[in-house]
Amino acid sequence: MNLTYKIAKYQAKDVLRSRWLIGFTFFLGVITSGLFYFTADTEKVIVSLINIVFTIVPLIGAIFGALYYYNSKEYIIFLLAQPLQRKQIFFGLYFGIVFPLSLSLVFGLGLTVILFIAKGSLIYLVSLTVLIALGAVLLSVFIGISLFLSILNDDKAKGLGFTLLVWLFFSFVYDGIVLLLLTAFSDYPLESFSIILSMLNPIDLARIIVMLNMDISVLMGYTGAVFQKFFGSMLGIGFSTTALFVWIIIPLLLTKHFFIKKDF
Amino acid sequence: MIEIKNLTKKYGKHTALSDVTVSFNQSEITAIVGPNGSGKTTLIKSILGLIGFNSGSIVISDHELNGNPIYRKNIGYMPQIPSYPENLTLNDLMRMLKDLRGENTFVDDELYHNLEISKYYKIPIKNLSGGTKQKINAILAFMFNPSVLILDEPTASLDPISCSIIKSKILRQHSSRKSIILTSHNMSDIEELASKIVFLLEGRVCFNGFISELKRISNEDNLERAVAAVMKGNRT
Repeated sequence: MNLTYKIAKYQAKDVLRSRWLIGFTFFLGVITSGLFYFTADTEKVIVSLINIVFTIVPLIGAIFGALYYYNSKEYIIFLLAQPLQRKQIFFGLYFGIVFPLSLSLVFGLGLTVILFIAKGSLIYLVSLTVLIALGAVLLSVFIGISLFLSILNDDKAKGLGFTLLVWLFFSFVYDGIVLLLLTAFSDYPLESFSIILSMLNPIDLARIIVMLNMDISVLMGYTGAVFQKFFGSMLGIGFSTTALFVWIIIPLLLTKHFFIKKDF
Repeated sequence: MIEIKNLTKKYGKHTALSDVTVSFNQSEITAIVGPNGSGKTTLIKSILGLIGFNSGSIVISDHELNGNPIYRKNIGYMPQIPSYPENLTLNDLMRMLKDLRGENTFVDDELYHNLEISKYYKIPIKNLSGGTKQKINAILAFMFNPSVLILDEPTASLDPISCSIIKSKILRQHSSRKSIILTSHNMSDIEELASKIVFLLEGRVCFNGFISELKRISNEDNLERAVAAVMKGNRT
């Protein structure tokens, strides 16, 4: 554990100094302040931010994870030649990417929002914190998935390509499939079926949590409404949060397994 | 001291190493030579535990390789392609290694001084030249005074001065009861540094012994020609 922390520390040091991360933070800051220039309504800004965070943040996590793995392959081999266990190196690598990217969410998004709403209400701080936390969770999920696919594919183009496909699937294609299924089988009771469907998509889960949390029923959509009806807000949040953590842990454990067995 | 017995490694259907038995003794510098794809890198990677193997055994200073990483405390590895996190500096890397190995007391900083690298100490790796990275590579490999040194093309892309500094460092290690393994495509470097040679061809050991022996059996005075002669003899 101690060694994992040390590996992650130096890794994070490298990522924090990288131009990409600084660019990403800056980009988030510009978008957030841009939204505030368009409208003074903080609620509207937060709703727009939800859409941005749940689309772009997983994408950044996925690309960054895959690229970092491929670019650090020689460095990973160098670490593997040290008296360290493979699982320490793997978790060091993982946290060394997740932590700096999450930090960039806090600064790029969080600080900018606080800057703009400082004059007025603080009621949005809860929503903002939830949003950032969910962004960080989505980063963890997608960095896990991208590392999984990169470790299985030695070819950089393939690994990056599959990672992007997974992101595309969960961000856009999945909703279409759900909608199609729900219309096709609209004669049957679909509540529990649609809950299962939303469990299978981490981005959907994150969206549901935010909706339940902020109580924006208009934006909740079908699965969100079912969730609230079924569990009520608190239980729904608890349930989907657990499901999200399963989404972090399972890819991570799978990837660790392959990382330990891999021939470098 | 490294003992490798009946090591076989297959990548799918392709056999990279087949029944390799060699040992690398203390106070000996052994060069692993062979054409591209002959299994040199696979052999080195097996010793480092970077890859698993299908059968056989490797014992390094009384530690049998079984997934426990502790034996790598005794190994200094100089990879062929030096690549470190590009935004870190040599300062960061040296501190990191001390941190990770938990050895804060003694480090061998002879190369660090001799290679005159202190002016690059705080510059991000990405801004350094290939040769400077190779020097960092050497410094890090020798830093913990390991009893086994594995040097993959240690003199590639170095200027003549640094090259001779590293070579004399390698030769000095020799007297301190270390096992040193190196690969190089430069036969004159091998002749200068190594006393023994392991010659791999298509994953098999086709010669294992002293360089003088190799020259004698091939009737050649020059190592390059001797190697070529053994290779030819093996193919016909």
